[in-house]
Amino acid sequence: MSILAKYASMKGALDGLRHAGQNPFDVKFDSVLSPTEGELDGRRTILLGTNNYLGLTFDQSCIDKSVEAVRAQGTGTTGSRIANGSYDGHKRLEQELADFYGREHCMVFTTGYQANLGILSALVGRGDHLIIDADSHASIYDGSRLAQTEVIRFRHNDPKDLHKRLKRLADAPGDKLIVVEGIYSMLGDTAPLKEIAAVKRETGAYLLVDEAHSMGVLGPTGRGLAELAGVEEDVDFIVGTFSKSLGSVGGFCVSDHPDFDLLRVVSRPYMFTASLPPSIIASTIQALHRLREEPELRARLTANARRLYDGLTTLGFATGPEANPIVAVAMPDRETAIAFWNALLVGGLYLNLALPPATPNNTPLLRSSVSAAHTPEQIDTAIELFEKVGREFGVLPAPARRARA
Amino acid sequence: MEATTRSVRDGIAAALSQTVGRSVEISDNTNIARDLGLDSLAVMNFIMALEDEYDISIPLDRVAQVETVGDLVTAIEELRSRG
Repeated sequence: MSILAKYASMKGALDGLRHAGQNPFDVKFDSVLSPTEGELDGRRTILLGTNNYLGLTFDQSCIDKSVEAVRAQGTGTTGSRIANGSYDGHKRLEQELADFYGREHCMVFTTGYQANLGILSALVGRGDHLIIDADSHASIYDGSRLAQTEVIRFRHNDPKDLHKRLKRLADAPGDKLIVVEGIYSMLGDTAPLKEIAAVKRETGAYLLVDEAHSMGVLGPTGRGLAELAGVEEDVDFIVGTFSKSLGSVGGFCVSDHPDFDLLRVVSRPYMFTASLPPSIIASTIQALHRLREEPELRARLTANARRLYDGLTTLGFATGPEANPIVAVAMPDRETAIAFWNALLVGGLYLNLALPPATPNNTPLLRSSVSAAHTPEQIDTAIELFEKVGREFGVLPAPARRARA
Repeated sequence: MEATTRSVRDGIAAALSQTVGRSVEISDNTNIARDLGLDSLAVMNFIMALEDEYDISIPLDRVAQVETVGDLVTAIEELRSRG
């Protein structure tokens, strides 16, 4: 018996996917040409599923800073910050992020996933309580396991349900930490943060907001949902990532907690992994400058998101509740979702095939993420292709002249 | 105690029927995932319904220890007496 025999059902599902054509796990781009275009099997393909919200991955100033840093400081730090020390860039990025958020402190992590692992596992432990939205990202679930704390889920985006569950814990000793996301990564819906902040104040819990998909996207200056909702005062910890709006890789947490720096000596996902290389730090700092200096990027992103969302919704597709840069289309079943995704790929459009259990309510989704770098023509091409495939597959009603078929 | 156990088991059966959308026969030995075909997500959602039914908090690490209906009855009785 193989040590991997326990994954037999997973293997079956994967074989099924491979049989259906291309599958998300084996997609290999021959080249990536720009934030919005790649080459796949010799075809030019529109990238509509890469979370490249501000389109900064090919920004010349970010590339220049990155190249400069790799020449001056080498390719990697070859170790963690506690073992090998911090570089000037690590400290500078932390200062600049703290400044951007108007907070006292910032810690930078090597990935966004590790930021949630590192912060959640350090903030709460045995005897404490973590209260998380039921549709939380895997990094929040995994962070809660590493924390070895009591985890209670509340119904997605339901402040009343959160309140009820916190009330039940009213007499329980230990700290209580509520965790929500700015924009949820599957449906693109935002948390009702004003109401959640009110529950937090009433129950004396702490509040952490993961702005991974909302930094650079929401708020008057792009700080995210807490800024948009006007409740930054109530948010004790903000977690975010560099791998979306900032076009690189890494994660961070900002806070005003006076002892925040203690986390540097207790957070294992911070302490026991190599720190980010200078080239990544340099492009990230520059991308943050671009985000702050060019609100037009955000305006273009919002307009593109609205164009795609309205286009698909008007056609009759079942989309999420809000027009945000994540636009998800619900598919009637798994087989249709896989075939639909393959047809879009053949037509020159790449986006994400999201299958249960990674999706809310076990609904298969075709998940798009819009970029400021998309042209209106690219968005329209995507909508037209969705319409064509949607009619072919009967997800949309056939046009009148072909009604007999 | 016997009466409470039976009523908790009935409560679980009712919540399970709602989750799977048909009436289910269960005993203490029923394996929730294997015998009822619930995936981990469905189990977690079913647990939320039980939290509301009995007005208790069932932490996820506790859910991880539950395999059978009997395990769940024990867990709920313990958590109820704690509150």
